[in-house]
Amino acid sequence: MITFSTEAVESRIVPQHIAVKCPNCKELLFEREYRKNLQVCPGCHYHFRLTAQERIKLLVDAESFVESDADLVAVDPLHFVNQSQVYAEKVVQEGQKAGMNDAVVTGHATIAGRPLALCVMDFQFIGGSMGSVVGEKITRTIEHAVLARIPLLIASASGGARMQEGLYSLMQMAKTSAALATLSEAGIPYFSLLTNPTSGGVTASFAMLGDVILAEPGGLICFAGPRVIEQFMHEKLPSGTASAEFLLQHGMLDLIVPRHKLRQALAQLLRFYSEVVPQQHRLRMQTHKTRGRMSFSAA
Amino acid sequence: MESQKYDLEFEQPLVDLAEERLIMHQEGGELENPQRMQAAAEELQTRMQEIYASLNAWQTVQVARHKERPRTTTYIRLIFEDFLELHGDRKFGDDTALIGGLATFNDQTVMLLGHQKGYGAKDQQFRNFGMPHPEGYRKAYRLLQMAGKFKFPVICLIDTPGAFPGLADEERGQAEAIASNLALMARLPVPIIAVVIGEGGSGGALGIGVADRLLMLEHSVYTVAAPEAAASILWRDNAFAPQAAEAMRISAREVLATQIIDGLIPEPVGGAHRDPALAASHLQTALKEHLWDLSQYTPAKLIEMRYQKFRSIGRFGQGDNR
Repeated sequence: MITFSTEAVESRIVPQHIAVKCPNCKELLFEREYRKNLQVCPGCHYHFRLTAQERIKLLVDAESFVESDADLVAVDPLHFVNQSQVYAEKVVQEGQKAGMNDAVVTGHATIAGRPLALCVMDFQFIGGSMGSVVGEKITRTIEHAVLARIPLLIASASGGARMQEGLYSLMQMAKTSAALATLSEAGIPYFSLLTNPTSGGVTASFAMLGDVILAEPGGLICFAGPRVIEQFMHEKLPSGTASAEFLLQHGMLDLIVPRHKLRQALAQLLRFYSEVVPQQHRLRMQTHKTRGRMSFSAA
Repeated sequence: MESQKYDLEFEQPLVDLAEERLIMHQEGGELENPQRMQAAAEELQTRMQEIYASLNAWQTVQVARHKERPRTTTYIRLIFEDFLELHGDRKFGDDTALIGGLATFNDQTVMLLGHQKGYGAKDQQFRNFGMPHPEGYRKAYRLLQMAGKFKFPVICLIDTPGAFPGLADEERGQAEAIASNLALMARLPVPIIAVVIGEGGSGGALGIGVADRLLMLEHSVYTVAAPEAAASILWRDNAFAPQAAEAMRISAREVLATQIIDGLIPEPVGGAHRDPALAASHLQTALKEHLWDLSQYTPAKLIEMRYQKFRSIGRFGQGDNR
């Protein structure tokens, strides 16, 4: 698992603390107050990481989320072992700890009454790394969005591709990007929300393919990341390198939206794009199920 | 008597055999005992064949990274007589680590793309060790689009330690450049063949690696992360690179076993660097065969098949809902 950090090092989210220390400004925050503030430091506005469930609750209309494919689990295709840690066992352990089977929750919901398909990644589960399950769930969700002709939202949080699944992980970059290319050709909008941290093979695939790319303030969004760059170049990088603000400055994203305004921003985007989706494109799509998976051909 | 260099660690047995043979030669072995000399030569060859038939992942990495391993430009020179290099991404620069251009192959125009590592210290610097900047991927994007527009089949030769991880690369959007290529290649209406000729360095390789046919030279590797990087993260010490290489199953043979790639291209015994012309000939045969096969499909069918190819990569099971 790759853990990237900017200068602020956040320990794993464990909700039972009475108080937490803001990793950025070092203020002591009482549990209740920082939770009320959507887990954003009231002082310096550092955005703490959210679990997938917390993120979904924050963004979508109450009770509107319907989860899909929650039962997919990793199977250790390489029989991977490092330092006497067996990947198959790690998956089980992480699953029990995080209460989820892998690093993304997918399904559909509504925001301000408008339907959308969504994928929300969770950094808790092996650093949000992308292996076969993440790739498969995201691809299925994209395919659902194409069939149902509804917009897609993917909220990324990831240390990158999951090394324990080797090339299977790398190829999920191609698989998800291919599905998004199909979505794009069908004229359906895809909103990419980049959260802290988003890195490596996730950034270099679906995360950066959004029609509109949004990010939370201050998040680390990168390909190689400050630590790797510093090792490689043997120089200390200025603070704020590869932050959301850095990306905005360099033309890489559309919007930085503070957490409390995210739902509103997405509702607005859904409204802007709502004329597009129902009647756009007379692309005739033949769909046929092949062993439960859908395929597409342009007529 | 030709001299061969056996400079990789696992070639030590060959060094010993070669030395013995040299001594025999110096003692006039060809005249005195030609059969013995012949037998010694054969033994050397057999031994080399045995060693190279059973390389482990780390040994394969050594061959894939060999400083004399044929690069993209060598294969271009040996296979495509009329290659015309095209330059620039029309936005920022011309990346020397990723070259592209037109050539004739089997009486048709093809678009060639490839990572170029460089030979020797100076050239390697000039080529940035085959590690492209965003402008390299954007040059590829431009040329891929052109290939789609004019219906040129695309051939990609992959040989990179990875995309360059510099500050300027983050500034210019390395991730966005790679992602864009993945999406473009997925729906390009022409046949695409990608061959890993050396190192397939993760995202940097995949950036020109979404293809109808994925092939690897026998002693090449394809990694999700460099063994050194994987070792420093999962073993907390990059000295465990050999273990990481084994664990991730990065050698061409092991990748073939996963069925992620469509075939292996054999190399001359002892690695492509021992006989670049022969290696090129094998590569040429494979390219011809696959291009011929792909030429029977319409663009729409190609795109559909390519989608399914990548769609079916992944291993997962069904557990309990949590």
